[in-house]
This record gives sequence, structure tokens and C-alpha cells, in this order.
Amino acid sequence: MAMPVAPVLRYLRTLRRFWGTALATQLEYQLNALIELLAMAGNLAGSLLLLWLFHRQGVALGGWSWNAVLVVLGAYTFLDGLTSTLLRPNLSRIVNHVQEGTLDFVLLKPIDSQFWLSLRTISPAGLPEMGLGVVLMLWAARRELGALPPAPLLAAAVLLLAAAVILYALWFVLAATSIWFVKTWNATEVLRAALTAGRYPVSAYPAGLRLLFTLVLPVAFLTTVPAEALLGRLTPLTALTSLLLACGALVISRAFWAFALRFYTSASS
Amino acid sequence: MSFLPPLRVARTLWTVQFAYMAEYRAEIALWALSGVLPFIMFGLWSAAAADGSAAAHGSVAGGGGPLLGLSAAEFARYFVCAFVARQFSVVWVVWQFEEDALEGRLSPYLLQPLHPLWRYVAAHLAEQATRLPFALVIASGFFLLQPQAFAWPAPGRLLLGVLSVGLAFAIHFLLQSLIATLCFWSERASALERLFYVPYVFLSGLVAPLQAFPPELQRLSLHTPFPYLIGFPAQVLAGMPMGGEAPFSLAGGLAAMVLWLLLLVPALLLLWRAGVRRYSAMGA
Repeated sequence: MAMPVAPVLRYLRTLRRFWGTALATQLEYQLNALIELLAMAGNLAGSLLLLWLFHRQGVALGGWSWNAVLVVLGAYTFLDGLTSTLLRPNLSRIVNHVQEGTLDFVLLKPIDSQFWLSLRTISPAGLPEMGLGVVLMLWAARRELGALPPAPLLAAAVLLLAAAVILYALWFVLAATSIWFVKTWNATEVLRAALTAGRYPVSAYPAGLRLLFTLVLPVAFLTTVPAEALLGRLTPLTALTSLLLACGALVISRAFWAFALRFYTSASS
Repeated sequence: MSFLPPLRVARTLWTVQFAYMAEYRAEIALWALSGVLPFIMFGLWSAAAADGSAAAHGSVAGGGGPLLGLSAAEFARYFVCAFVARQFSVVWVVWQFEEDALEGRLSPYLLQPLHPLWRYVAAHLAEQATRLPFALVIASGFFLLQPQAFAWPAPGRLLLGVLSVGLAFAIHFLLQSLIATLCFWSERASALERLFYVPYVFLSGLVAPLQAFPPELQRLSLHTPFPYLIGFPAQVLAGMPMGGEAPFSLAGGLAAMVLWLLLLVPALLLLWRAGVRRYSAMGA
């Protein structure tokens, strides 16, 4: 089946307009950006401090070396940055749209509503965090392995993308439940709190939590799997599982949105 | 002036705020659940303690003994107490205050013959009362999964623990109110709270008991209010040893908390007075 090019181009052009206007707005709040930057640096320093507290006791978290653990922290930092850049600014507004009835206007636009709701705006303050996460991953992996062959690099890039898709689907499905419950913002806070578990390799947890973070809340696929890929320790089966999970999550998020919209009755009716 | 009016005001404030908070039970339950961080950290520390790799490598602090000199059960008790301490000392005044200031609700509050901060104190206490059953359910659930960690605290420790959680709430409330008062100068004081939150997470004992800190960092952090917000109340509640080699002593910790209160109350009142003088009633 040939991919229709014109609609894709149209969506890309729209995206450029969306983000251009968002950037112009955000540039008005430079002090906020500075505070975000400082908070990011502080958070990373705190995470390093905590890892060092384990390290100085001679604890190798889950049997991972210091540098290998830093690769996981890098993956977490990247995804945390992605959350502040795209997920939170966009998906946290779904609640407001439902509450104030402005979701009607979104649904009437000649554009896919999930696309609009997920990518309408961008918060550039999270971009440095994403960059720093990638740099930390590469730097720590280089120190661990001595060199970075292209094959693990490519695998890590693909699996990090898969992780981003899984993370997006989790957030989107949770945010979409606001069609029924209206106030689900706190539920995403619970998700955020639980996902901080991804700062450390999943094997560092006791068996019960490891199972929970692999099967119920896929924390393992978010940070540990991309890190394993970069360190060249990944089994093909895990990689395949992660890719299938990402595809499945995306399909489920679309199906769930279509399902949720059937129950949408607008704010005033 | 008689003694009764303040009491009546307090009762009315409490009744109103409790009725309000009870309406938001579901949200408060989710907030309670979003405090899972200590349980995640318990997972890491207990797995590290059970792993025994620390002993094999010859640990710095324990000299080959158990990790940090704490057993897995003690780690569990510490982190569940850290969870409880945080549940009842968590403060959100800065967001509420910012919203009230931006939407012009603050102006009528300022006209009333009652310091507006008392209203927020009542709201926090009412929210804590609403949160109590949820926090208890979560803590009991944890003990069901980790029955070997359960132990009744000694009555004296329980009493002192409750007292220190109360003091921790007071200190946290005053600190965040200081940030909130900056709303009189800047529209977005809550952004500053994000900066304050970083040392709160990493130095308070939420992610690691203070025993894990190297001695210099331990000393440094004890000069800040952060360890008294979570770490000290949690260690009192968990019945951990105090004094000697331990990071806190019972009397010293309580004295430090009172000292912080004595420092913060006048600071807040001064900043508040300066702020109100600047206030130009947004939205009016």
C-alpha cells in the first residue's frame, strides 16, 4: 500500500505552525525557563548523589556497574524531559477542554483530534533535559564499553523511541479518562510518581516489584531496555517485546480515544 | 477580650474546610497514593541489603556488617514512617495562595479581621483529616505485604513521633508560606517552589535515611530545615536509635525544630507585612 504523502505533509506543516506559535509565547517567560533549568540541574545532581550513596556502600544496584547505572539515569532524564516538553503541556489540557466544553471546538477542526490534543503545544524548557539525558547515556556507555559500535547505538535509538511511545500512550489513556471522571489530573501525578522508579535498573528491585514494573507498569521497557541496548546486553526477544508493546500501546491509545469520544456529551448538555 | 471568640472562629473555619475537603475525597485519595516514592526507595534499599554485595565489598560505614547497620525490617519501618510523616506534613499553600492572589480572592480575605494564613492552616488540617483513612489503608497494605516489618512503636515514641510530625508540618507550612508571600512581588511564585522541592526530596530523608549520608553531608544537611521535615519524625516513629552514632538525638532534634519555628514565624510575619504594603489587588 502506498503511503499517501499529501496528508502527512499537511500534518507536518501544521505541526510547524503549532510549535512556532508555542515557542513565540514561551519566549515571553524567560525567568520561568531559567528556573526550570535550575530545577533540572538540581534534580540530576540529586539523582547522582543518591546513586553515589549506594555506590559508596559498595552496592552495585541490580549488579550494574556505576557507569551502566548512569546510562539508565540518562534514559530516565531523556524521558522526563520529553514529559515536560510535550506530554504535560498538551495532555494536562484535555481535562480543561472537557470541563469548559472547548473540546467541542477541537473535535470540529478538520484535523485528527488525538493529533491536535497531543501535539498542539511545546514547552522548550524541557528540551535541555532531553539533550542532557542523551549526552549522559552516550558518555556513560562510552566509559563502560570504551567504544560505541553503531549497531547498539541504532538499537538504543529505536528502543528509546519505543519507550517514548509507550510513555505517551500511558499518559494519553490516563488523560483521556477525564471524559468520564473530569478531574483525573491527580491520577497522572500518581503515574509520574510511580514512573520515578525508572531512574534505576529494574533488576535493582526485589522480585515482586520487578514483576510489577515489567508486567503491570512497563517501567522496565522505558529505561532499562534502552540502556541494555546501548550497553549491548539486550536479547533480541526483549527488543522485539518492547517494539510490539510500543505498537500495541499506540493502537490501544487510538482505540481508547475513539471509545471515550462515544461517551462525550459536551459540557453544557 | 474573652477566650471564646478565637475558639469559635477556629471551630467554624475547621467545619467549613472539612466539609469542603470531604467533597474532594477521591482526589485526596489519589494525592495520598502519589506519595509512593518512599516505597520505591524501600524496594531499592531492601534489595541492596538482601543482596549482600555490600558486605562482600566491605562497606564504608558498616565494616562488612548489614547495610548502614540496618536490617531489611528496619528499612521497611523507616520508609513506611517516612511515607506517613510526609502524608501529614505535606503542604500546598503556595499554589492555593497564588490562585487566590491572581483571581482577586485575596482582597476580601485581607479585609477580614483574621490573618488570611489561618484560613490556609485550617484547609491543610482538614485535608489531613480527610487523608488519614487513605494513608492508613496504604500503610496497612504495605504491612500486609511485609508482615515481618510490623512492630508497635513504644507509646512514648508514638507520642513524640506524632508531635514531631506536627512540628514538621508547621515548619514546612511556614517555609512554603514564605515562598507564597513572594506572590505579592511576582505573579508566579510557585515556580520558586520547584527549586525548593529539589533539596526537599534529596536531603529530607525521603529517598535515603540520613545514616546513608557521608558525615560531612549529614552535618551540612542538619543545618538546613530539610531533615526535620521527614527524616527526624520518621526515625522517631520507626523507633530507631537516637543519640550517639545516630544522625539525630531526640532532644537535639526537637530543640532544632522549635528553633526553626522561632526563626520562621517572625520572618514570615515581617515579609507578609512588607508584601501587603506592596499589594495592589490583582483583578480589582
